[in-house]
Amino acid sequence: MKPSSAGYFALLVFGLIAPFIIYPVLMMKILCFALFACAFNLLLGYTGLLSFGHAAFFGTAAYVAGHAIKVWSLPPELGLLAGTLAAALLGWVFGSLAIRRQGIYFAMVTLALAQMMYFFFLQASFTHGEDGLQGVPRGSLLGVIDLADDINLYYFVLAIFIAAFCLIHRTIHSPFGQILKAIRENEARVISLGYDVAKYKLLCFVLSATLAGLAGATKMLVFKFATLTDAHWHASGEVVLMTILGGMGTVFGPLAGAAVIVALQNELADKVGSLVTVIMGSIFVICVLAFRRGIVGEMTALYQRLARNKA
Amino acid sequence: MNEIFGIPIQALMGQLMLGLVNGAFYAMLSLGLAVIFGMLNIINFAHGALYMMGAFLAWLGLTYLDLGYWQSLLLAPLCMACFGVLIERCMLQWLYKLDHLYGLLLTFGLALVLEGLFTNQFGVSGQPYSIPDELTGAFNLGFMLLPKYRAWVIVASLVVCFATWFMIEKTRLGANLRAATENPQLTQAFGINVPLMVMLTYGFGCALAGFAGVLAAPAIQVSPLMGSNLIIVVFAVVVIGGMGSILGSILTGLGLGVIEGLTKVFYPEASSTVVFIIMAIILMIRPAGLFGKEK
Amino acid sequence: MNSLHSINAPLEYLQIRGLHAFYGESHVLHGIDLQVNRGECVSLLGRNGAGRTTTLRAILGLTGKRTGSIMVNGRETITMPTHRIAQLGVGYCPEERGIYASLSCEENLLLPPQVGSGGMSLAEIYAMFPNLAERRDSQGTRLSGGEQQMLALARILRSGAHLLLLDEISEGLAPVIVQKLGTVISQLKARGFTILLVEQNFRFAAPLADRMYIVENGQIAAEIAQGEIETKQDLLQEYLGV
Repeated sequence: MKPSSAGYFALLVFGLIAPFIIYPVLMMKILCFALFACAFNLLLGYTGLLSFGHAAFFGTAAYVAGHAIKVWSLPPELGLLAGTLAAALLGWVFGSLAIRRQGIYFAMVTLALAQMMYFFFLQASFTHGEDGLQGVPRGSLLGVIDLADDINLYYFVLAIFIAAFCLIHRTIHSPFGQILKAIRENEARVISLGYDVAKYKLLCFVLSATLAGLAGATKMLVFKFATLTDAHWHASGEVVLMTILGGMGTVFGPLAGAAVIVALQNELADKVGSLVTVIMGSIFVICVLAFRRGIVGEMTALYQRLARNKA
Repeated sequence: MNEIFGIPIQALMGQLMLGLVNGAFYAMLSLGLAVIFGMLNIINFAHGALYMMGAFLAWLGLTYLDLGYWQSLLLAPLCMACFGVLIERCMLQWLYKLDHLYGLLLTFGLALVLEGLFTNQFGVSGQPYSIPDELTGAFNLGFMLLPKYRAWVIVASLVVCFATWFMIEKTRLGANLRAATENPQLTQAFGINVPLMVMLTYGFGCALAGFAGVLAAPAIQVSPLMGSNLIIVVFAVVVIGGMGSILGSILTGLGLGVIEGLTKVFYPEASSTVVFIIMAIILMIRPAGLFGKEK
Repeated sequence: MNSLHSINAPLEYLQIRGLHAFYGESHVLHGIDLQVNRGECVSLLGRNGAGRTTTLRAILGLTGKRTGSIMVNGRETITMPTHRIAQLGVGYCPEERGIYASLSCEENLLLPPQVGSGGMSLAEIYAMFPNLAERRDSQGTRLSGGEQQMLALARILRSGAHLLLLDEISEGLAPVIVQKLGTVISQLKARGFTILLVEQNFRFAAPLADRMYIVENGQIAAEIAQGEIETKQDLLQEYLGV
């Protein structure tokens, strides 16, 4: 079911008025993770590549952007750019290595490479290790709009999200996107048609890493710090969970998944402490066993079943 | 001569021994992963958590049931095997018809659940577990002091790894296992109960992880997080070695442990990442892994 | 020497009624009815894709969903898991031979467990197939095509299976070896084995088979007895182009 224009419009309207209903920082967190999940979904849902190390891009961009803004005094838009480019470069390096293996091995390689980055961040001085990179000023967008105001920042983040979402949407519906989907369905066939599959996979990987980086840098701007948690394998697992819970390979799945998980974590954080991990893990297990199509997938199937019964 | 490359021999041999010990754990855990992957086509992300549970069972046994080290060495793997069978029957068996990635995702979720439960119950700081009396102290080898417990760990894991290799490569049961791994349908058509073998294989893999956990308990603190960082390194070991051969997994694990130990001596900052760097290099020059068969 | 059969056992060793089989969503067998009596050798003939191999696989439960009835030696097996069906005394020689690369020749031979009495001993097997004795320690897949086929056959003879399901055993082999196989099958017939032989090669199957079924589009299209080959030439021509 292709999301209708009405659907997009409704979401847009909601997005515009949301900060007046829901706490803006929470909404921004949801948007950042939704972007992270959308970027991830491009790789998993459309190309069929499961990366277990996306936190590397999320965290790297956060640290680089944070460092650029706090230490080099770059304005926020350039800081974000710096972070995003760093993630893109890392994505190119990691992607080139990872696509040499398939399936499960690919997942393990990405996980291991990300863990390597984690250890690097743990030891590097500019990250301040366990304390994290704190007190990053939000600055003024283009020297004019003061981003210290949550509402201003919210609309900036919303704009970033919409731009990235549109980019992903165009990519999916382009000839490039068709080939990605074909690779997921039957890679051997695509190779036999003469396409350089490795190049397509790498390109998709880099795009996904870049947007994941954008999400990380933006989140850093919202919370004004970058920490090791951003690069920890738990974060990699979280984005996988969001995508699967929401519905992989669907347009709105990552959004739904991110919203649910972030909201859940927000609610539970003070109440259950370390049981949050248990709950996340349980949702994983339940999704894999009984809920593989995810929220959006199940709703779509339900809608189609109802429509068929009426006809 | 008291020094090699400016490092005192004592320190070098000490680190080498430590490297061998770490390598022994890498070997045991990657062996378990390889055996499970061969039969089930699932990468058992929960392997680290199961290793952690083995260590905790030893600690709990000592603290609450007065069970000594040697009893735990026998009982913990047994418990973990039963637990593994439970997991296979309740959860894993539904995934065999699906894409292999679902197995990884499920065991990942399982790892989170297990780690979370133990963290919730015991906190993140480690519980101490003392070395059994029989194994305290050290052998004086002249050029170095070899702690008895480290020697025991190396010997015990080599014995277990070798026994596993022997069982798989040289016995009838192993032949059945290899056949079921290569062609499960045909093997069933001969009258061999393959689903049962799959279940027992997973249980055995879990037992191996549990055994490694008990071995680790006196060496490092028993903490809920002891498994997760280790398992990611073991993944890298598995990618380097390839999962094509049992012997290959064992040798790769031992070798990488030793390399890591040496790195700690000559270039300590890189010691936590050297395995990953080697993985990157192997991916560039021999993607299938050292002993791997291109799948 | 009909030691394999007891006096009170039913005449039909294998009886299939209304068998439908699926591979996933794909409906492959559309109601197979056939029967193989004790000690008979029955051949399934037909074009490629007719459903002959699928029929054998369905007997062992190796396809997707199955409906209908499959009785093996008087036991209903339609709901049984594969390994149980094999344990009733069914031996299977798959089309691709299924020799294990991870096992040696002898390990391949010893793999199938005993599923019935009267299985040939290792010595008897090596007497019947001396090549296999020579190559016993070689890796299974290093054997030649002919040797692999012998191995595939030998291992189910060792297991004591009484009902032999043989899929295209003459395929791709040199005439000399095909001849040897024919001799082996005749010997097995004389010893009282019940054999269901799927064959593409009519000239190989005809002298061995007591009866022949022609499979077309997942159904039995015709049944021809040994004696009727001359008279039913037109049927054979129509379905097999022979």
